[in-house]
Amino acid sequence: MAETVETVQLLSADGVLHTEGRVAEFLPLIERLSESTLQRFYRDMVVIRRFDTEAANLQRQGQLGLWVPSMGQEAAQVGSAHAARDQDHLFPAYREHAVAMVRGVDVLSIIQLLRGTTHGGWNPKDSKNFHLYTLVIASQTLHATGYALGITLDNAYATGQPETDEAVMVYLGDGAMSQGDLNEALVFSASYQTPQVFFVQNNHWAISVPVSVQSRVPLYQRAAGFGIPGIQIDGNDVLASFAVTRENLDAARDGGGPRFIEALTYRIGAHTSSDDPTKYRTDAELQSWVARDPISRYETWLRSRGESPTFFSAVAEEAEDFAADIRARTHEIPNPSVDKMFDHVYSEHHAALAAQKEWLLSYEASMGAGS
Amino acid sequence: MTEVSSFLATGSVTGNTADSAGSAAMNFAGPAPAPTGTVLMPMAKAINAGLRQAMMDNAKVILMGEDIGPLGGVFRVTEGLQAEFGARRVLDTPLAESGIIGSAIGLAMRGYRSVCEIQFDGFIFPGFDQITSQLAKMTNRHEGQVQMPVVIRVPYGGHIGAVEHHQESPEAYFAHTPGLRLVSPSTPNDAYWMIQEAIASNDPVMFFEPKSRYWHKGDVDLSGSAAPLHASRVIRSGTDVTVLGHGAMITVLLQAAELAEAEGTSVEVIDLRSLSPIDYAPIVASVQKTGRLVVASEAPGFVSVSSEIAATVTEKAFYYLEAPVIRVTGFDAPFPPAKLETLYLPDADRILEAVDRAMAF
Repeated sequence: MAETVETVQLLSADGVLHTEGRVAEFLPLIERLSESTLQRFYRDMVVIRRFDTEAANLQRQGQLGLWVPSMGQEAAQVGSAHAARDQDHLFPAYREHAVAMVRGVDVLSIIQLLRGTTHGGWNPKDSKNFHLYTLVIASQTLHATGYALGITLDNAYATGQPETDEAVMVYLGDGAMSQGDLNEALVFSASYQTPQVFFVQNNHWAISVPVSVQSRVPLYQRAAGFGIPGIQIDGNDVLASFAVTRENLDAARDGGGPRFIEALTYRIGAHTSSDDPTKYRTDAELQSWVARDPISRYETWLRSRGESPTFFSAVAEEAEDFAADIRARTHEIPNPSVDKMFDHVYSEHHAALAAQKEWLLSYEASMGAGS
Repeated sequence: MTEVSSFLATGSVTGNTADSAGSAAMNFAGPAPAPTGTVLMPMAKAINAGLRQAMMDNAKVILMGEDIGPLGGVFRVTEGLQAEFGARRVLDTPLAESGIIGSAIGLAMRGYRSVCEIQFDGFIFPGFDQITSQLAKMTNRHEGQVQMPVVIRVPYGGHIGAVEHHQESPEAYFAHTPGLRLVSPSTPNDAYWMIQEAIASNDPVMFFEPKSRYWHKGDVDLSGSAAPLHASRVIRSGTDVTVLGHGAMITVLLQAAELAEAEGTSVEVIDLRSLSPIDYAPIVASVQKTGRLVVASEAPGFVSVSSEIAATVTEKAFYYLEAPVIRVTGFDAPFPPAKLETLYLPDADRILEAVDRAMAF
């Protein structure tokens, strides 16, 4: 599903900013951004790509059980993440590494999750409300909708104060569009007019199944059937991702009801490290998307407006340092204590489980005594 | 795009529009004085009274489900509550069980305590994934940093002559899932108190309501106090055989005990009350006294709560047993068409047959 005249693109694939036509309504949002914010977009995309490469290497070296690559989707994630306000709640699927980083998650937590030392890894309350990864496809769309319903019950939105009014954004992929939970979430959010944005990263492949098997119409057009405004953006354009998400999140927080954004992007890597994409997609397709790379086009644009070469070299250096730090800390991740298996199954005391833990500890101790 | 307004905002589903623009908390006048005295009421009314009390005690308690608003639920358990508390605290939901449970999870993250009504036992399965993969594991996944005070009310069991999917006993699926708590009252008094305790729990609680008992009256001691939610209870003393069950089965067990008494066999009856966790102390103490145990349930016996109890009691009280633990359950067949249900469901005669077998060892 390629871009069409309907697709909102601010920055062309060769790094030129459009100034006329439909994009005009979004340009003021970009013009208001400070130089340091524009730099931050670039920095975040480069750092998270380097992190992604490092994590893939760590998986190949046996340090991680699995890796979930995000390469190619940096613009969709960084732009939308920066569009969210601090008070917003963000519900990811499991590939939103850049969103996690933008919201303040120590991304070593993602490494821990895939190394097998935790099922979670961070506290949403300490991470600007970035919720835990959800591995069952589309389950998080209902959690997000319930949370947004709570915002409506609390009247914590639509007061005309965007700095405090709350909203929710939920991330999902093109595969999730076929799940019942997503469709139920769209029904509930429309019925209760919750303040939330559904942000779909259409990376064109649900493991090996192309988006054409999920839908006969562009995904953003589905939303209309639920009574939800939908819009399609070039997801490899960080400026479009920021501006369109900011506008729609603010419309939702202002009482305009839920919104739906389809970001066209591409998973440059495999679904996970267990996957071999050469079995199901062509090199020509891959190369067509490499040519639309989100980072290189943004770099071209920044350079065209006079960004200094030292900025780019400094970011490159920071990314290398970031990866080295991740690598070093990965090797130091301790194995989890047995407490993690038992202690939080219930939030209140559970005698039978406590007895099982006690038995395991004494059993292990008896084994240790003999060795 | 046509302007669409939420029916929460319009209050269109309730005559009570005064509250419609306000927050959920506006339908909350602060804790009300607890009602007093003993009142004779059917179980459906007792649950209604318990829900009402919980909603008065805590503004964060909300009800969600299909047809629970103006209709009061298909069994009328929530009758009058939307009129009293408003459409923002008693939410008629779209017809989607996964949507109800999944939304309740998000609401719990927001600080709400949702009580979700599943219309009938056999309709819970569209919500199974959200219950078992999400709700049950959420606190564990968050390493205790998030709690899930969600109650799922499930009218269950047979004896009402209904069509397919309306008479099932699916407890075992959920009892098998770590992270869930399961309870089932057998009397109006327990129903009144246990629903309030379930709502007060910070863990998800599956509240199985024996629907054939909805219309049977019993004394509810409004001035009393709640027994521990997960305690099993000896409700009839005996010396020869222990029989145990939960929900509507309790009525059958008490009948059987009376009949056995007339034949000279002294039967002790235990109301399980809680299916997860199971409170074994009273059960083991009883078996140590009687030496014989019959476990009864409407559910199919294969891989069931009854099987679990039989295995565990055998481990805990092996040297006290005079006979193998005997299960009396539904058959390992789909719940049959209603005209066959009396053959499917254990009745007093089938309990007595098992008692006789236990006594014969």
